[in-house]
Amino acid sequence: MAQPAGVLAPAPGRKKWEWPWWVSPVGTVSALGLFSIYSVWETLTHSSGQYHNYLSPFFSPDVRSIGIQFLPAIWVVWAPLLFRATCYYYRKAYYRSFFADPLTCARPERPGRSYTGETRLPFVLNNLHRFFFYVTVVVMAFLWYDAVRAFIFPSGFGIGVGSLLMLLNVILLSIYTFSCHAFRHLVGGSLDCFSCARGPILRYSLWKTVSKWNQDHATWAWLSMFSVWGTDLYIRLLISGVLHDVRLF
Amino acid sequence: MAEMRTLHVFRGDQSGGEEVAYEVPVESGMVVLDAVHQIQATQAPDLAVRWNCKAARCGSCSAEVNGHPRLMCKTRLDAIEGEIHVRPMKAFPVIRDLVTDVSWNYEKAKQIEPFAPKEPAPFTMYQRDVERSQQFRKCIECFLCQDVCHVLREHSAKEQYFGPRFMIKIAELEMHPMDGADRVPFTSHQAGVGMCNITKCCQEVCPEHIHLTDDAIIPLKERVADREWDPIRALFRKPAVR
Ligand code: SF4
Ligand code: SF4
Ligand code: FES
Ligand code: FES
Repeated sequence: MAQPAGVLAPAPGRKKWEWPWWVSPVGTVSALGLFSIYSVWETLTHSSGQYHNYLSPFFSPDVRSIGIQFLPAIWVVWAPLLFRATCYYYRKAYYRSFFADPLTCARPERPGRSYTGETRLPFVLNNLHRFFFYVTVVVMAFLWYDAVRAFIFPSGFGIGVGSLLMLLNVILLSIYTFSCHAFRHLVGGSLDCFSCARGPILRYSLWKTVSKWNQDHATWAWLSMFSVWGTDLYIRLLISGVLHDVRLF
Repeated sequence: MAEMRTLHVFRGDQSGGEEVAYEVPVESGMVVLDAVHQIQATQAPDLAVRWNCKAARCGSCSAEVNGHPRLMCKTRLDAIEGEIHVRPMKAFPVIRDLVTDVSWNYEKAKQIEPFAPKEPAPFTMYQRDVERSQQFRKCIECFLCQDVCHVLREHSAKEQYFGPRFMIKIAELEMHPMDGADRVPFTSHQAGVGMCNITKCCQEVCPEHIHLTDDAIIPLKERVADREWDPIRALFRKPAVR
């Protein structure tokens, strides 16, 4: 029997296995919900995220150095959190999982609900994503500084579990931040003609590179969220004395 | 003896209808469209189905197989477990059986400003400049993306949103290096890109694997944001755009 090219099918006799449809929304709601609760707890109930040369990403840059003592996390954490809340990937995740708009593709939604997409408040504000990107880039500079400092102990250069966690975290955060759609637009996506712009090859290759990273943006979004969470939790447990940092070097 | 499978095929029109069960002998490698043809040839000669190429090229045989928008000629029976239900696309009015009226799409297409060359052809263009538009030209106009888009399918917002197929059409023209028209205000207002909440179902169903959301809709949203949500850019913008 004649076959069209590229028929989407597994080898005969083997069915393609898929997760049940509800796994993704339940997983997303649990992970994002718990992370949000944790963030509120961490931000509102702690006055410091510093443990010797380790600084938690929730508290960086450390505003206590300019004399702000009141809830130091809240002054900085809004930017990365709003950056995530307006991220195109997280938008997809929460529209689907929290608002069931749609829960999953081609599944009937609750009838009679009005829908305005991203044309009305509050979701129209997601268009401000690029601003939170700009601010987050500044925060990233501080996080890199913190990651370097995490390797400098009173006795000199050293490597602790905390140093490695902070380094991993800032690497994952950088890939997440620089695989952003707004950045992809900024470096070249806004152009209609790369060859007509100044520095055509540079603009094109930047756009190509960011586009490649962008394909896995969802993965970077999750990995970097868990790395922030893990790094902060580790430092919190060090501060509270539950854990002791292991020095590898 | 050949294995038999039951296809439940929608029979009816605008006034209503129901699924009718047909037993079909299955051959190896058979696709849903083969089974529908088999039914037409042996059991229901009046069964209406639109098709043309049987090679996933013409975009005619769009339907819903077990609720999933699919090309019938690209969906193998051995990839489907259990019962097989074949229905017409939900987002468009049914004409008869599996045939839907997709003319709304052609009305929308006419409203998009066509290619407006900056200078008379022929022109020199480089591969790096046409790459993005090329992806969108793979579209076979099967309208499966329109069918799955919840804005059109569940919210019937056809007045407010042109749908993903036309977002890639607009993107193709907007990103064309030799096009001189400005469709950004049109994209934001008449075409309604803001109605899309980037949930990517269109990208999941496209048989041509076009990255509709990532490569067309989000970049268009960013272009709209340049104009409407970025006062810093507005300060530096020349009075006449482009
Ligand atoms: S991403 Fe947008 S256009 Fe595509 S299906 Fe979802 S809402 Fe519709
Ligand atoms: S974009 Fe893909 S799904 Fe949509 S009409 Fe074109 S080929 Fe079909
Ligand atoms: S950070 Fe996800 S799109 Fe910008
Ligand atoms: S018959 Fe042409 S795409 Fe299926």
